[in-house]
Amino acid sequence: MSNSTYEVKLNAEQVKDMFLYVGEQVIENKPFLTKIDSAIGDGDHGIGMSVGFKKADENLNKKEFTTINDVFKTIGMSMIANMGGASGVIFGTLFTGGVKGLNPQEELTLPLLGQILEGAVKSIKERGKAELGDKTMIDALEPAAAGIKQSIEANHSLLEGLVVAEKCAADGVEKSKEYVAKFGRAKSLGERAIGHQDAGATTVWIMFKSMREWVEKAAAQQ
Amino acid sequence: MKKIINQPECVVEETIEGFLAAYKRTYQKVENVNGLIRRNRKDKVAIVTGGGSGHEPLFLGLIGEGLADGVTLGNVFAAPPPTNVFEVAKAVDSGKGVLFIYGNYSGDILNFGMAEELLEMEDIQTRTVLVTDDVASAPVERKGDRRGIAGDIFVVKIAGAAAERGLSLEEVTQVTQKANDHTFSIGVALAPGSIPGATELPYTLGDDEIEIGMGIHGEPGMERTKMMFADVLTDKLMETLLAESHIESGDEVAVLVNGLGSTTLMELLIVNRRVAQMLEEKGIKAYDMDVNSYCTTQEMAGFSITFLKLDDELKDLYNAPADSPYYKKGLSSTSIGGSVYVK
Repeated sequence: MSNSTYEVKLNAEQVKDMFLYVGEQVIENKPFLTKIDSAIGDGDHGIGMSVGFKKADENLNKKEFTTINDVFKTIGMSMIANMGGASGVIFGTLFTGGVKGLNPQEELTLPLLGQILEGAVKSIKERGKAELGDKTMIDALEPAAAGIKQSIEANHSLLEGLVVAEKCAADGVEKSKEYVAKFGRAKSLGERAIGHQDAGATTVWIMFKSMREWVEKAAAQQ
Repeated sequence: MKKIINQPECVVEETIEGFLAAYKRTYQKVENVNGLIRRNRKDKVAIVTGGGSGHEPLFLGLIGEGLADGVTLGNVFAAPPPTNVFEVAKAVDSGKGVLFIYGNYSGDILNFGMAEELLEMEDIQTRTVLVTDDVASAPVERKGDRRGIAGDIFVVKIAGAAAERGLSLEEVTQVTQKANDHTFSIGVALAPGSIPGATELPYTLGDDEIEIGMGIHGEPGMERTKMMFADVLTDKLMETLLAESHIESGDEVAVLVNGLGSTTLMELLIVNRRVAQMLEEKGIKAYDMDVNSYCTTQEMAGFSITFLKLDDELKDLYNAPADSPYYKKGLSSTSIGGSVYVK
């Protein structure tokens, strides 16, 4: 991918709008996520994610934001406090862990997103103890974070980085089909989990896809 | 799917409201979270249980005298959020610490674990005993990976009795852990339960199919097979359970035959009849037999059999009174139905 001709930077209010759109897309995919989760889990992943994003949207809409940190913290805490289940803590930690210890930031750039994702992967692994290949959301998140890192080194724009992240997350979802589950209720399936994609990883892919779509639209309007 | 609910997202709140409408003299809600506590608590180690909703009367029916002091309820089949666990534990702690008892599931471990970190910051001491009674979910070498199912009842019963006697947090934890180590269950599913508001069943079982060892959320078990007579099925489950638990002639057990939601008392009693016959044949003494639906999954069909292998300490605690709207023991001569009381 060549260097981009424009440089998108998002301020806190734009990041908020982007995640309102991400939330909408995840909620819209509730039946799809539920179906995937029913195959090997207990079928409540879509319901849980939709509870989390509804609450996050509600809390995001309550105020105006000046820092990216605040947006991420608001989403993460909404999920941790309201979703429950494994996904509440894990997806909440994606947002809170990403900005833990980060100085207040007013603009989201690709390098900052890379840094946030690195922190998110580390925090989630610490809390959930899952590694790549355990058939969890890490299977999509870690490759996406790695893809963004490479994109930063290649001096890509935010949009180009998100295109790469979306592709890496999609590949991760595809690979998750080959894995035996080490966590959650699919664990007791053993070999029978093979052939089914992980629902958490699928949500991660939907999130990156939606972020890419939003930034793409924003860029087109510039 | 027909179901008597209002808005799917309100089922947990409305369940709690209905429970409190009936039992508000004894229980109260913890503010802002889906949690309940007993009104009259002693100055003692507090017992807190909980997990996903949809398994009623588990877990909300497990608070009461000689049982848990608080319960934290998640959404249907989902672990409660850490803030919920935190608020309930904080509300029941009398300074002597809190023992958490819950089934061994990833979501519960994550959320209760996070709550424990928050409680530590408030100088509230906590311990945890994970219920791991389902022998069908992992081999004995990996007992730590086993799921918790109806065994929750026995483990909370023993913990509640121990706490009521004024034992320390360490002592209560130790005997509760022993109760879990002595508790073994196996179940069979005939039909899936549903998630309120979902338009499709989470999985299907053929009309003539059953799954032995299937978990309470539909986690796969040991074997999918054809439907069989109650006695043949019970014998099959009992053989696995006895082999896994090493309960043998001369041992004494408390037994629970638990319905999963839509299986009738008639069916459960037919199973219990065969369990009693088989125990007698094997020379195992049934100290108490309980036939009820305590750990359910909406309209899931099927049942589980649970053994609590008794020793003097566990038997003594088992005999202590326990009283909640849905679980009673030791309060009258009929509460313990086994051989000792009948004699």
